[in-house]
Amino acid sequence: MSEARLLAPTRMVELEIDGRGVRVFEGETILDGCRRLGIETPTLCYGETLRPVNACRVCVVEVEGSRVLVPSCSRKAEQGMVVRTGTERVEHSRRLVLELLASSVDLSTAPAAPAYLERYAADPARFGPPAPPDPERDRKRAGHHVEPDGETAATVHAPVKVDNELYVRDYSKCILCYKCVDACGEQHQNTFAIAVAGRGFDARISTELVVELPESACVYCGNCIAVCPTGALMFRSEHELREAGAWDESRQTQTDTVCPYCGVGCTLTLHVQDDRIVRVGSPADHDITLGNLCVKGRFGFQHVQARDPDPDPA
Amino acid sequence: MDLKPIAAAPTGAERAAVDALLGPPESGWVGGPRDVAVDGRSAHGGHAARGRRHLLLPALHAVQERVGWISPGALSYVCQRLTVPPADAYGVATFYALLSVEPRPPRVLHVCEDIACRCRGADELIAALEERVGPEGTVAPDGAATWLRSPCLGQCDRAPAALVADAGEGHGETVQAPASLDGLLGALAGGPLAPEPADPLPQQGEPGLRLLRRVGVVDPTSLDDYRAHGGYEALRRAIALGPEGVLREVVDAKVVGRGGAAFPMGRKWEAVARQPARPHYLVCNADESEPGTFKDRALIEGDPFALLEAMTICALATGCERGVVYLRGEYPRAHAVLGAAIEEARARGLLGEDVLGSGLAFDVEIRKGAGAYICGEETAIFESIEGYRGEPRSKPPFPVVEGLFGRPTVVNNVETLVNALEIVRLGGPAYAAIGTEGSTGPKLFCLSGHVARPGVYEVEFGTTLRELLELAGGVPDGRALQAVLLGGAAGGFVRPDELDLRLTFEDARAAGATLGSGVVMAFDDTVDLPRLLLRIAAFFRNESCGQCVPCRVGTVRQQEALARLVRGRPRGGVEAELALVAELGRCMRDASICGLGQTASSAIESAIGRLGVFAAANGGAG
Repeated sequence: MSEARLLAPTRMVELEIDGRGVRVFEGETILDGCRRLGIETPTLCYGETLRPVNACRVCVVEVEGSRVLVPSCSRKAEQGMVVRTGTERVEHSRRLVLELLASSVDLSTAPAAPAYLERYAADPARFGPPAPPDPERDRKRAGHHVEPDGETAATVHAPVKVDNELYVRDYSKCILCYKCVDACGEQHQNTFAIAVAGRGFDARISTELVVELPESACVYCGNCIAVCPTGALMFRSEHELREAGAWDESRQTQTDTVCPYCGVGCTLTLHVQDDRIVRVGSPADHDITLGNLCVKGRFGFQHVQARDPDPDPA
Repeated sequence: MDLKPIAAAPTGAERAAVDALLGPPESGWVGGPRDVAVDGRSAHGGHAARGRRHLLLPALHAVQERVGWISPGALSYVCQRLTVPPADAYGVATFYALLSVEPRPPRVLHVCEDIACRCRGADELIAALEERVGPEGTVAPDGAATWLRSPCLGQCDRAPAALVADAGEGHGETVQAPASLDGLLGALAGGPLAPEPADPLPQQGEPGLRLLRRVGVVDPTSLDDYRAHGGYEALRRAIALGPEGVLREVVDAKVVGRGGAAFPMGRKWEAVARQPARPHYLVCNADESEPGTFKDRALIEGDPFALLEAMTICALATGCERGVVYLRGEYPRAHAVLGAAIEEARARGLLGEDVLGSGLAFDVEIRKGAGAYICGEETAIFESIEGYRGEPRSKPPFPVVEGLFGRPTVVNNVETLVNALEIVRLGGPAYAAIGTEGSTGPKLFCLSGHVARPGVYEVEFGTTLRELLELAGGVPDGRALQAVLLGGAAGGFVRPDELDLRLTFEDARAAGATLGSGVVMAFDDTVDLPRLLLRIAAFFRNESCGQCVPCRVGTVRQQEALARLVRGRPRGGVEAELALVAELGRCMRDASICGLGQTASSAIESAIGRLGVFAAANGGAG
């Protein structure tokens, strides 16, 4: 950021990562140190604009003196810490975490997934063929399950939720990173329309009593979509293009502009395919929006396209 | 916060149940009747309402106990009263196995299907229920009762066990142990319940006992009887010693925690005592849900004032103003006994603003769990008390720095705390002379499974496993011992040729075992060990909170691999399956957030590695 720091000067701490010394600000994490050194560290549940929940465990590293691996995204760097990121132990846990996720969750629209799976030579198929979707998943009782026979690998697959005009929720793709809950709740939007319900493998993102979004507290800001790392939450326009096999990012352009609605002047990033807006975002590193918008900025773009009536209304 | 309420209204009974806990609503803004003349057009006091968030679980309990389930209207009312978003409260309600957001009959039988009860006929009992009544969840013909499978109910010394939860005006829970088919069928038909029999106390009244000295000897409802047996002498001595003096004795005693993690108690107490942030909290972990563990129940039911006295000594030493006993929801007798003891102690000035005229202000309340093993984890317990889902926190910060409500907190297991009485009574060095160099003091073990006299046994550290099993009468019916599960589902198996293992932390560690929570469960040669392992795997799958990937998915994959092995359909051969189980175990151990995931494979791996379970099948396949 370009503005001057007006806070009290922050102390630096020095730690060692993979044999190299690095200095980070006090309060920064091991992940910050890794990034400063250019050490590629996979992350899935980590969000730049949210407090780390360290739930996915794909960023784990070895810290000298620690019995177990530690999540680099949330563990604060300490003076003299000795960290190793490339050991067999680290690679093993990262590979297993990716295999466990990929065998239970549909990662087909998670942008980061293919590279991670390849890098760690993950083989999710070794747990067996995926089990079919479970339409009753939303009603699972904590502490109970049907005993599996092991012939298929249990998945979180469930029917896609299409209950409004603006976005869809496909929890078959949900890795339970908590980001949408945090963005909807006290960290961004303060709407609290969704929370994690259920327990264990049956834990899922849910509205109260599984009501449809229009009956929930949702205000359609779409800030959950902005932080979703796997495409489980998706613009309806994108979902429909994908369903039709017409989604093609190579044909898309991204244009930054300013939201026309109110005086805040949020930056909008318009994703355009074939002269139509298919998705709207805001840069996550934007000082004001932190990637957030309101329903108007996120979804109120139809008027831009209205002068171009659908050539084929059928 | 602008909440959108659930479009459903509570019934009168639901409203009354919540109001009995929270008091009547202060205005139309928080669930009372709307009256613009009184309430005005703007809401105030939201912070105060949200400040009572920690009452969410008690409020949900109140509804569940009154009507048997949490209806949309009741959930809506609880949310309005506490200003909790409905989605958030729904997430909490669906986290706990004893709560239901689906309609349930007023009587629910929770029938234990866990490993200790399986040694005493739980499988047959459940099979008979399935045949006579229908699968779990089947509602009895008159619509008034149903039955559900349950994890360990902590009644392993009277197995097989069931817990009957009755909702309504005169709600309450009753333990049926040992449970009989006729008794359960009668209960399902709405019949009266057999009174809960007394706990078998195999060492009752024996000389030389320290922790169990008064259990089964004193009247647990009588403070006078407690005092007549030496009660509150330790607190008087602690007051004379002062906080620093007590801390010194506890450190000198070299005592470590008895809940499973074996952390030095003195270091924990000192760390909290030295924290400048106030207030300090004391959380007594009485959520023992580790299959095969029931020692804390025996202590509370038999000698509740001892726990209160020990907690008061801890409060004195560490500067805690409030204590919370987080008691597992399946312990109705312990809840009643301890609740009465707290009232009595308060009335007699042993809890409250000025304990024994010493100037110490300390009070205790009970928080009831709702069916979640994970809430015994030392940070999940805070989340649960604060009214959130019982998901463990990331450490650091540790509880001694940021614990309950973000304040420095001592969290100790019941047995650990009760040791404080003996430490203060004897003095630290004398206490440290009990047991061995590395494991000081007396220790409680929970003997269950195939032993002649199951129950809680107190021995000094250093006793061998063989001596302990002999104390409990050994394997009955002339059968041969097949294996012993030491430390619980999160512990490990030992072989019959390893019974000379001295029961100390250091010997267990050297032998690659753990004492865990003090479980000693014996299995004779009739037990189908592979199926037992499958149950342990199912337990961890059920009890994982679901927060982190290694545990959430790993416990499922572990169970699936074991299912294939048990069914004789290993994918790619037994070797490959065992390698897969080992890999899963390693990842869960290395990368899970908390101790549940980190130990979810330990019993299973020890059975494979130490007992050679599946090795025979391997030979056949090879």
